[in-house]
Amino acid sequence: MMRKEAPIARFWDEFRESRIAVAALVVVALMIGVALLAPLIAPQNPYDLANLVLSDARRPPGYVGSGGYTHWLGTDAQGRDLLSAILYGLRISLQMGLVAGAFAFAIGVTLGIAAAYLGGRREAFIMRVIDLQLAFPAILLALVISALLGQGKAQLVTALVAAQYAYFARTAHGAASAERGKDYVEAALSTPLPARQVIWRHILPNCLPPLIVVATVQVANAIALEATLSFLGVGLPVTEPSLGSLIANGFQYMLSGRYWISIYPGLALILLIVAINLVGDQIRDQVNPRLKR
Amino acid sequence: MLTHIIERVLQALAVMLVMSALVFVGVYAIGNPIDVLIGPDVSQDIRLDTIARYGLDKPLWEQYFTFLGRVLHGDFGRSFVFGMPVLELILSRLPATLELTLAAVLGAALIGIPAGIYAGYRPDSPLSKLIMALSILGFSVPTFWIGLVLIMTFAVELQWLPAGGRGETASLFGVEWTFLTLNGLSHLLLPALNLAFFKLALMTRLARAGTREVMLTDTVKFARAAGISEGVILRRHVLRLISIPLVTVFGLEFASTLAFAVVTETIFSWPGIGKLIIDSIQSLDRPVMVAYLMLVAFVFIMINFLVDLTYFALDPRLRKGRA
Repeated sequence: MMRKEAPIARFWDEFRESRIAVAALVVVALMIGVALLAPLIAPQNPYDLANLVLSDARRPPGYVGSGGYTHWLGTDAQGRDLLSAILYGLRISLQMGLVAGAFAFAIGVTLGIAAAYLGGRREAFIMRVIDLQLAFPAILLALVISALLGQGKAQLVTALVAAQYAYFARTAHGAASAERGKDYVEAALSTPLPARQVIWRHILPNCLPPLIVVATVQVANAIALEATLSFLGVGLPVTEPSLGSLIANGFQYMLSGRYWISIYPGLALILLIVAINLVGDQIRDQVNPRLKR
Repeated sequence: MLTHIIERVLQALAVMLVMSALVFVGVYAIGNPIDVLIGPDVSQDIRLDTIARYGLDKPLWEQYFTFLGRVLHGDFGRSFVFGMPVLELILSRLPATLELTLAAVLGAALIGIPAGIYAGYRPDSPLSKLIMALSILGFSVPTFWIGLVLIMTFAVELQWLPAGGRGETASLFGVEWTFLTLNGLSHLLLPALNLAFFKLALMTRLARAGTREVMLTDTVKFARAAGISEGVILRRHVLRLISIPLVTVFGLEFASTLAFAVVTETIFSWPGIGKLIIDSIQSLDRPVMVAYLMLVAFVFIMINFLVDLTYFALDPRLRKGRA
């Protein structure tokens, strides 16, 4: 006899079996935690210019600055404590990734499910446009759009969403077309229930598992993409440095051996992306019906 | 078959036309190029003269049709910054990007496919697990950061290789190539490695997944029963069977690598078209931006078209079904 369990509890039991995935999840949670608490735990507010002392600039890790505390990760060219800058940068990077991911999810899933539900020429048209866009590399699309729109958070999110919604649309369309043909959907549609409700209550929930996998990967991708754009100088303005802008700022000092300005923000970025991807990998294995035990 | 091809060609043309309009309007909607062309202190006469010379006083749609007409004659206009024809400018930068991309994709295939086959052949060995862990890292770590680490390690600390530039070139068929000189090769190595990293992870994973599937098939069982050695099975059967999807991906990835070269070229000051587009975005050099985007769109549409045709040739169901 199978025990009756809530699907979430069963999912968690299975998830727990992979120690790596659990560790990755802990890392993600910790990083979100420190990002949220950054103003409370960071040694200084890196954007308050009054806090910055130029004689503290470009000091190596472990240097005790004029503020009287140790800069564990060193300081950057403006004398900013790098640890604080990373905590604040993490905040911005996560914010960009999550907001862009959420918009891309909403737009992409709506389009994908609408196409699958409508069928016929409208479906063919929507999917043709999306396929065309998928053939184009996301980085180029995002680069061009953010170059056209200029710097700023809203512009950057627009660029990221434009580069990523198509992945959600593709996945949602695939899953929804499969559900659309099933008897239970036909049955629900033959009742007087409005179509909207059938989509919302029946089709969408059954499309969620593959979409959650795509969402995890895409949030990681959005963070990496944002960092790349900011590194190239078309992402966020210098007043709102994400991890990518921090790395870019340190690049010019790298050739003179001051590695820490670029390397530590980079390590934080990688830790975050790898951890999200590992969690995504585990969820993918769990929702993949071919690997079901 | 023929109708299918004609249909696809027409589709591709329509897409190019839409792309050109989008790119043109998008690119020309930002900033005022006049501020880039001339200083703020020149006289009003010169200012108006310059505006008229570049046709910037005309309405946008008229500028677009002038542009379209010129493009059909192979004329993309003159670069605001370099003052030379854009097509010439891009073509002069293209070889650098092509050789960088080719070196990266080839390197990724030469390392990634054997590594992937091994990981698929012995999925439980520690080395395979290491390969897979590294491939996750390859997927996750942003290209630009790997570039920084490569520069820091090999150029700054060890001082084995140069940190940027293209080095000496030698001429072949009237084009300057880096890979023909030893100095050039030393300049090529780091950027190519950087660009290859992401593709390497992809190739490894694909080769591994393919190998795992093929190893379970009857082909391999019978080959083993016939007493063929494992090495021969891997080379003759496994490699051949997994090569079809790999070739497709190779083609598609070549195009996306061309786009990714933007990042690598910026870090390593590699004078290719990727560096050119970043520079022209920063200096609002519109003709170059438009031409670059059109060129990339063209390359993508061509490659997709070719891949489509390959499927068509490979899959008999497609031929019967719709033609």
